[in-house]
Amino acid sequence: MISLYHPAQSLIHSIAAGHKVLMLLILGTVLFQVDRLEILVVVAVVVVACYGVAKIPFRLAFKQLKPALFLLAIIFLAQIFILGLEAAIFVVLRFAVLILAASLVTLTTMMSHMIEAIEKGLSIFGHWLPVAKISLALSLTVRFIPVIGVMAEEVREAQRVRGMERNVFALAMPLIIRTLKMGTEVAEALDARGFDSDDETDAKSRTS
Amino acid sequence: MNTKDIVYIALFAALMAVLGVFPPITIPSLGVPITAQSMGVMLAGGILGAKRGALSMILFLVLVAAGLPLLAGGRGGMGVFSGASAGFIYGWIVAAYVVGMIVERSWGKLNMVTAAGACILGGIVVVYAMGVPWLSVTASIPFMKAFMGSMAYVPGDLVKVVVATGVILTVKRSYPLISAKA
Repeated sequence: MISLYHPAQSLIHSIAAGHKVLMLLILGTVLFQVDRLEILVVVAVVVVACYGVAKIPFRLAFKQLKPALFLLAIIFLAQIFILGLEAAIFVVLRFAVLILAASLVTLTTMMSHMIEAIEKGLSIFGHWLPVAKISLALSLTVRFIPVIGVMAEEVREAQRVRGMERNVFALAMPLIIRTLKMGTEVAEALDARGFDSDDETDAKSRTS
Repeated sequence: MNTKDIVYIALFAALMAVLGVFPPITIPSLGVPITAQSMGVMLAGGILGAKRGALSMILFLVLVAAGLPLLAGGRGGMGVFSGASAGFIYGWIVAAYVVGMIVERSWGKLNMVTAAGACILGGIVVVYAMGVPWLSVTASIPFMKAFMGSMAYVPGDLVKVVVATGVILTVKRSYPLISAKA
């Protein structure tokens, strides 16, 4: 499984995943309150400096921004005509800073730590949320992605033999049906191994 | 919510990821790339129903936020949720719910028209109703400009509606997972 994580030893890598997400949320909220370009430039410099601290190569940092560049360019051009040059720079820079800051969190946090942080965050709401079920769903999905990927490739091969590889319906239909069949089998296997999802909350209320 | 429900929710979240890997088709006369991913939204709602469909979208987006590059074009991480087009992505959750709700309500008499209607209303109208205002506000561009710019993607979405409708109807006949609701 390919993730966006960039392994390195740094201060930013060592901050707990949950804390990084919290800081990002605060930054996002604050940035939309800021209305002065000077402050924004300072924040931008700090964020870029953090990339240096985290030892992330420039190319990788730029790659995070690349998918958004086209949209940012359109927004920039539209803004110049509507609100003028300074506002255009402001809006585009704010987006760039947010995207870079969020990407920094992603690049410096291992996926497993992130999922652990999510589960830990959820467990606060343990009384209202079925945390065990959510954990199961998360790990199942991560496991299913390559399996369905292989299935999609098999279906494509099979339809290519029939000369149907350009028929979207002939590709989608067998893939969906095979996916659903696999789902039924996996659920039965889980139940057979004692993952009793239905009784979980009842059991808790009985013991307490 | 039993084990089967959880597994199906996870499966459709994974399916979303796989649909994002399929190379986008660019229709020359339109000039915008069409990805299969947003078809997954219609399928999740139309095959799993409102609640499970929406939950599978949330699950998928949680994994994207956790740092898996699962969005079409290999995008991922928390950056996409603060970007200018994030409204469309949030819209998927509501979209899957709405598609599922309409399909559930019309389950007994589900046909080409109702299924396609569900996909258009949920998969297109709802998604744009959330995506366009978000784009307009966060990027400070007038609503009409944001609206016109987004319209370029609608023809591609209509193609997905056709495929999704066919799949939803076939699944209803061969492997139904939704039970009728009044």
